[in-house]
Amino acid sequence: MLKQLFSVLALVTSVSVLAAGPAVPLDKAPIDLHDKESLQRGAKMYQNYCLACHQMEYQRYSRTFRDLGIPDDIGMKELAFTANKVGDYIKNSTPKADLAKWFGAPPPDLTNVARVRGPDWLYTYLRSFYADPSRPFGVNNEVFPLVGMPHVLQELQGIPYKKYETQLVDGESKEVYVGIVADGSGELSREEYDRAVADLVNYLEYTGEPSKLQSHSLGIKVLIFLFIFFILAFLLKKEYWKDVH
Amino acid sequence: MFKNFMNWIEYRMPFMEKMNLHVLQYPAPKNFNFWYFFGSLAMLVLVNQIVTGIWLTMNFEPSAERAFASVEYIMRDVEYGWLLRYMHSTGASAFFVVVYLHMFRGMLYGSYQKPRELLWIFGMLIFLVLMAEAFMGYLLPWGQMSFWGAQVIISIFGVIPVIGDDLTLWIRGDYVISGATLNRFFALHVIALPLVLVILVFLHIIALHEVGSNNPDGIDVKVPNEGQKFENNVSDKFTFHEYFTKGGKKIIVDAIPFHPYYTVKDIVGVVGFLICFCAVIFFVPEGGGFFLEPPNFEPANPMKTPDHIAPVWYFTPFYAILRAVPDQLWGAILMFASIILLALLPWLDRCKVRSVRYRSTMHKLNLVNFVVSFIVLGVLGVLPATPIYTLIAQIASFAYFAFFGLLWWYSKNEKTKPLPVRLS
Amino acid sequence: MSNAPVDHGRRRFLTIATSVVGGVGAVGVAVPFIASWNPSEKAKQAGAAVTANIGKLEPGQLIRVEWRGKPVWVVNRTPDMLKSLTAVEAQLRDPNSDDEQQPAYAKNPHRSKKPEIFVAVGICTHLGCSPTYKMNDFDAHVEGIASGFFCPCHGSTYDMAGRVFSGVPAPKNLMIPPYMFTDDTTLLIGADEGTA
Repeated sequence: MLKQLFSVLALVTSVSVLAAGPAVPLDKAPIDLHDKESLQRGAKMYQNYCLACHQMEYQRYSRTFRDLGIPDDIGMKELAFTANKVGDYIKNSTPKADLAKWFGAPPPDLTNVARVRGPDWLYTYLRSFYADPSRPFGVNNEVFPLVGMPHVLQELQGIPYKKYETQLVDGESKEVYVGIVADGSGELSREEYDRAVADLVNYLEYTGEPSKLQSHSLGIKVLIFLFIFFILAFLLKKEYWKDVH
Repeated sequence: MFKNFMNWIEYRMPFMEKMNLHVLQYPAPKNFNFWYFFGSLAMLVLVNQIVTGIWLTMNFEPSAERAFASVEYIMRDVEYGWLLRYMHSTGASAFFVVVYLHMFRGMLYGSYQKPRELLWIFGMLIFLVLMAEAFMGYLLPWGQMSFWGAQVIISIFGVIPVIGDDLTLWIRGDYVISGATLNRFFALHVIALPLVLVILVFLHIIALHEVGSNNPDGIDVKVPNEGQKFENNVSDKFTFHEYFTKGGKKIIVDAIPFHPYYTVKDIVGVVGFLICFCAVIFFVPEGGGFFLEPPNFEPANPMKTPDHIAPVWYFTPFYAILRAVPDQLWGAILMFASIILLALLPWLDRCKVRSVRYRSTMHKLNLVNFVVSFIVLGVLGVLPATPIYTLIAQIASFAYFAFFGLLWWYSKNEKTKPLPVRLS
Repeated sequence: MSNAPVDHGRRRFLTIATSVVGGVGAVGVAVPFIASWNPSEKAKQAGAAVTANIGKLEPGQLIRVEWRGKPVWVVNRTPDMLKSLTAVEAQLRDPNSDDEQQPAYAKNPHRSKKPEIFVAVGICTHLGCSPTYKMNDFDAHVEGIASGFFCPCHGSTYDMAGRVFSGVPAPKNLMIPPYMFTDDTTLLIGADEGTA
């Protein structure tokens, strides 16, 4: 009976996956929270490109420095342009009303954005901007159509365009969309740009849950302890239940 | 010295006598199986929720302005705050896993049948209070899903004719869900409902101990003393509290004292449960998006509705029934009926045999029907209400209600197997 | 039922072993609850060291700096004030600072790193009031001594190195916080070379 239950459950939950609905396929973000260099590069990218508009009002500089292995004085000098004290939250002083006016909506706080959107969405989003003259800032986004955000990383990627190729489809010559390609005017190559975005997304994944690595390390110890306890408790039960069987 | 002290207490409050009655000399059937772990596990989870809940209250700030930020403070700035929060959020989901399995055990073995109807009713009351407790707790983090989920569910009360709109206004304390709602839900969630829950659990166990536990075979372990002899009766080895033998008028067969046998067995159950519990807490506390939902990591925004509002997974079977019915009022009525019917099982099931082991194939299939329709409804509750899904939800709702109708019909003259004399 | 005799030894061993492991588990579970009461990151950051600029501190002048919610005095002591420190020694309860109210570098006659710059927590060691700085009229309280600190609550008196006089309610000298000079005109109060 239990077996029937499990197979039904498996069937039903697999069907529900199909219900995800038509969406842009997301690329897998190469997340590695153990890679401190990547996190440091990502932190620097955030401060340089994102902080002007997006705050991280729940993350302290001191926490970032401690977890990423950055000495406080170096961090305050290189990274924390807007802070007075090392314990300050990552905020900017751009007037929020002005931001809402310029971009149509206030730029959201990004401390937990990786937990809301997921790292794959963020990684794909930041690599899915393309030139669109009809938009106020000249760009649109495949993953987030009609987004109000400008392409702040354009100087790194170059100007991205939707590329079309003439292909033979069912005997007919058609313009087929093959993806987004940058025009080469950026500071970074395609691979370098992907790496930079990966670093930034890695950092966002970290700020969403700074306790994650500590949790995993403690969790292993707890589970090992519980397995040992389980064996002992089981032997104890078996010993006493000899009276009954 | 110690013995004198114990006697002094015992004379004024029969502590040891009650320990014997309820633990040391309480006759429990010897054949409890895996399904019998979930009662003690439910108590463990209740203690977990209360203790971690108290600790969270030390740093949580119940105002619309500070609630979300105070949860982030707990997660980031308070030492081990993240662990306390995850123990509490995982515990909420674990509570429903354990309670649903505990209730299902009752259905499998007819534990709701006479003389345990009141025990079952107390259990159903605990279930209702638990749902209210979970619902109110979910508003407190003040995330997008907290806000909009509460908005949807409280609006359901608006469908009640005549008083509906006034009622929702009164529940919210404001024209929309606001700090007023959060503050009162906080008070109810932290003290009022936990108090009610603890009292109900106490009554639930008193009611259980009065009539004694059922078992997987569904036959009695306390039989009237007609001078019969029972071979290999393990109960002969033990002394039970005289309350159960009723001055020699009852014989205890195939039962063992709760301590040490079930204390030692329940420890194994507890540790096994903790392995699963801790695996989730330390490695996947969001539970694939089902225990901590992604929209809830954004602060509540009354101006922006999330793409997809769904209640937490443990409410989804009932939510699916609500949505399946095209009429708002009837949807709400049927949703409540789906729970009321469960409470009425002791009277709907007219069969004299308790355990599924000795009942008809019809009943076995009907139980499978119940499980499948409950799970299908649960899955549909998290999916959007497209026409095809709504149709499936309607079929599954029909199947769910059919369980009760069919049970009432075939149980009157059900073809059952002969009951064993002794426990297997 | 098993017909073999009960192995009490094995039973006792397993019971004790399981209980001990269970006890260890119980202590482990208690850790997060107890640790969560430690000062949070917010409290630690609020309690972090503060900088004070003393470039413009005139001789005889006292400034107050808040550190961990407490008033910390910084006084630019005059040569006369420093001379008076030896004159009062006979009237003090703990002239040699034997009580551990100061870091090692302040366990000297002037109770400071640099003789001219006096840093102390301005809270009376009696019951917690903040004493008043008497730059010129301290002799109303102690004859012949021009400067000192007088606590208005119960009349305790301290010399210009924060040492308590005998015969007053306060039992100890004023506390000296950890501090360091990050340069000649900047003090960092709440941290020193040992902890920075």
